[in-house]
Amino acid sequence: MIPTLGHFALALAFAIAVAQAVIGLFGPKFRDATVMRAAPALAIGQFVSLVISFAALVWAGVVSDFTVRNVAQFSSSTTPLLYRITGTWGNHDGSMLLWCLILSLCSAVVAGFGRTIPTSLRARVLGVLGLVSAGFLLFTVTVSNPFQRIWPPPMQGAGVNPILQDPGLAVHPPILYAGYVGFSIAFAFAVAALIEGRVDAAWGRWVRPWTIVSWAFLTAGITFGSLWSYYTLGWGGFWFWDPVENVALLPWLTGTALIHSAIVVEKREALKTWSVLLAIATFSLSLSGTFLVRSGLLNSVHSFAVSPNQGLFILVLLGLTVGGSLLLFVIRAPTLGASGVFAPVSREGALIVNNIFLCMIAAVVFTGTMYPPFVDLLLGVQLSVGAPFYDQAALPLTAPLIVAMAIGPMLPWKRAALGPALVKLWYSGVIALVILAVFMFRGHVVAALGLAGALWVIFGALADLSERIQLFRIPITRSIRRFFSMPRASLGAACGHLGFGITVLGIAGMTLQIHTITVLRPGQGVTLGGYRWTLERIYNAPGPDYAARVALIDVTRHGKHVMTMRPERRFFLAQHVTTEHAAIRTNGLWNMFATFANEDTSGGAEFRFNVHPLAPEIWLGGLVMALGGGLSLSDRRFRIGVPARRSLRKPQHTVEA
Amino acid sequence: MGHPLLRRRLLLSLPLAAATAGGLGFYILLERARQGTYNPQTFSNPLVGHRVPDFRLVGIDGKHGFGSSQLIASKKPILLNFFASWCVPCAGEAPYLDVISKSGVDIWGIAYQDKAKALAFYLAKYGDPYTRLATDPTGRTAINFGVYGVPESFLIAPGGIVRWHIAGPLVPPIINEQLRPELQKIA
Repeated sequence: MIPTLGHFALALAFAIAVAQAVIGLFGPKFRDATVMRAAPALAIGQFVSLVISFAALVWAGVVSDFTVRNVAQFSSSTTPLLYRITGTWGNHDGSMLLWCLILSLCSAVVAGFGRTIPTSLRARVLGVLGLVSAGFLLFTVTVSNPFQRIWPPPMQGAGVNPILQDPGLAVHPPILYAGYVGFSIAFAFAVAALIEGRVDAAWGRWVRPWTIVSWAFLTAGITFGSLWSYYTLGWGGFWFWDPVENVALLPWLTGTALIHSAIVVEKREALKTWSVLLAIATFSLSLSGTFLVRSGLLNSVHSFAVSPNQGLFILVLLGLTVGGSLLLFVIRAPTLGASGVFAPVSREGALIVNNIFLCMIAAVVFTGTMYPPFVDLLLGVQLSVGAPFYDQAALPLTAPLIVAMAIGPMLPWKRAALGPALVKLWYSGVIALVILAVFMFRGHVVAALGLAGALWVIFGALADLSERIQLFRIPITRSIRRFFSMPRASLGAACGHLGFGITVLGIAGMTLQIHTITVLRPGQGVTLGGYRWTLERIYNAPGPDYAARVALIDVTRHGKHVMTMRPERRFFLAQHVTTEHAAIRTNGLWNMFATFANEDTSGGAEFRFNVHPLAPEIWLGGLVMALGGGLSLSDRRFRIGVPARRSLRKPQHTVEA
Repeated sequence: MGHPLLRRRLLLSLPLAAATAGGLGFYILLERARQGTYNPQTFSNPLVGHRVPDFRLVGIDGKHGFGSSQLIASKKPILLNFFASWCVPCAGEAPYLDVISKSGVDIWGIAYQDKAKALAFYLAKYGDPYTRLATDPTGRTAINFGVYGVPESFLIAPGGIVRWHIAGPLVPPIINEQLRPELQKIA
């Protein structure tokens, strides 16, 4: 009964989305306020139906209703409750429903919090969102229905894929999806602005907070994903340049560019066409990336079966969304007000440097991801693009970005001089150069460059903050007061930059990692990184739906006990799958990483021991970046400083459409 | 509407052109995936259509192995199977290899980077479907064959020409949809 209700709610949501699209897009033509006000109501209605639908699916998972095919295939009654819940979105059909739920949440959020936006613009934004929702809901209802029933139901379900039974992965997809799908709002604003034929400072100010929300979620999502692959895949890598990761990175790069270019739109009414294109591109990349990977056309370690029929439907949807918006862009964008001129050395100049290099990195990643299928298509040659390509092509492009990142915030708008900005950064430069020299001298060139760049950015961000609160130039109490009263957007920006620097620090530190692979018998040990790793014993430990073999490893330094590590091998009984569960200990500055790789019949066991310097900083940086996004959002200018469009209606910037 | 605006229009239609080209490309890939001529998960091997590379390998414990000359001299098609006792998917495909050999197809095995004792234990445990068995302790022959990993199998027609190749375990769908039709083509 409840799954049927969920199915019905799903179909209802589709009907409401269609109404939302029609009323939103055509309503403003009638200039009737009542018609336009229907759009927000419908958006909230769509969200409510999808919440009901999603709750029904989760319910089916919780009570193990095996008449629902989705539950029978991807869950079982012996699965722990948490994974019975998260298992509902750990598969294709369920994740589509989650995807649609988040998209409708975006509509609802614009409907609920967008009261300051002019009614006609809000109706059009909701119309665009409704149209996108309608397309994907149609897909979910017709070819990817999570409520499909089977009869007779099996006695027991197949269970949740062991590798997905992890609390980190439980929260990862919703956060990542919130990031991907959140860009739909910026996209809808861009399309609505093209329909209205008008992009101005107020547009920049409306688009930016929505972009920051999804950017923060995407940053957190990528961070969780990377952390998850670090501790589950068992070989201590945190980024593999796999298509699945690349398609998450692409919208992150263009989204980051959009956040910065929207500032220029807001402050200087420049880069308008570019920002609109970025908004379209960011959402298009989120969409096509997710679905092309899922269609199985890109080869990935996260293997998805090739499903051509679903793939074609998705391709048509993508064609309509991406192609339609770009067509509108071709028609309308050339008539948008051309950007004014400005000096290369200025805040906006630095933001353009940021945009150019972020987009170049995005182009490199895009090329590397799309190259294999297209070479196969055009030349019939099979090849794969791996980490060396990305490392050599993308990493040098981050260097100018890192240099500009510390200087940019120091420059004033319109016209600036480089000299005073560099004076404010002198100690960051000195610290970076000292570190560069020290590590170069030791022969770690890559690490030296990475660490120096990271410290330059970190101290650059701190210098920016201390500049704003006039640290050491006025009494400290007044500085503290200034700190708490400074615009949250500036604090958020500094925090974002700081986080990026911390992540770079971690990545650079990881190039100094050391590891060993060894076979030990109980009592034997090995020395790595100044630690003695000794295997004490191996014992059995039962789990809820698996049996584990746990190795007890005693780590000592100079004969003194430091820690006990317990890497495990888990045998999942239902699926006949073994997973490695690494033991990771951190002190915040470096990680000790032990995996129990294998066990032979003669009592020997194979271990991999790693010491990863600065590894925790990779993910700490990601969280600091996301936090920076959150801080920016709490800026009161976004909430109550209502951007009044009337006052900005200058004739030279408006083009009658 | 002067030239600058036209140029602007052309410039701004580039994203649409790129997206259209990309979409078209993916449409063709999807069509080919539907017809079964494109699968990003498979590894093609340049040996298909060519003669096997030269090699000469010994069997376990100094017993007779085989080499490229025996493969070329064979009058029957041969399924050449690279495997290893330490390889879990190899144990997984073992029962299907047994079915293939019982249906009258000769399977010649090459144990890749293996030890004699472990190999004997493996064959005793999972069965020995091999008509002939050789060992490749250095892995050099596997490199010459372009093997990605074990298990990997090559279908070799009389005369030593590689007709078909699969990287990964031989499971019923692959046996029925790919291997059997290829065998019929040779016969």
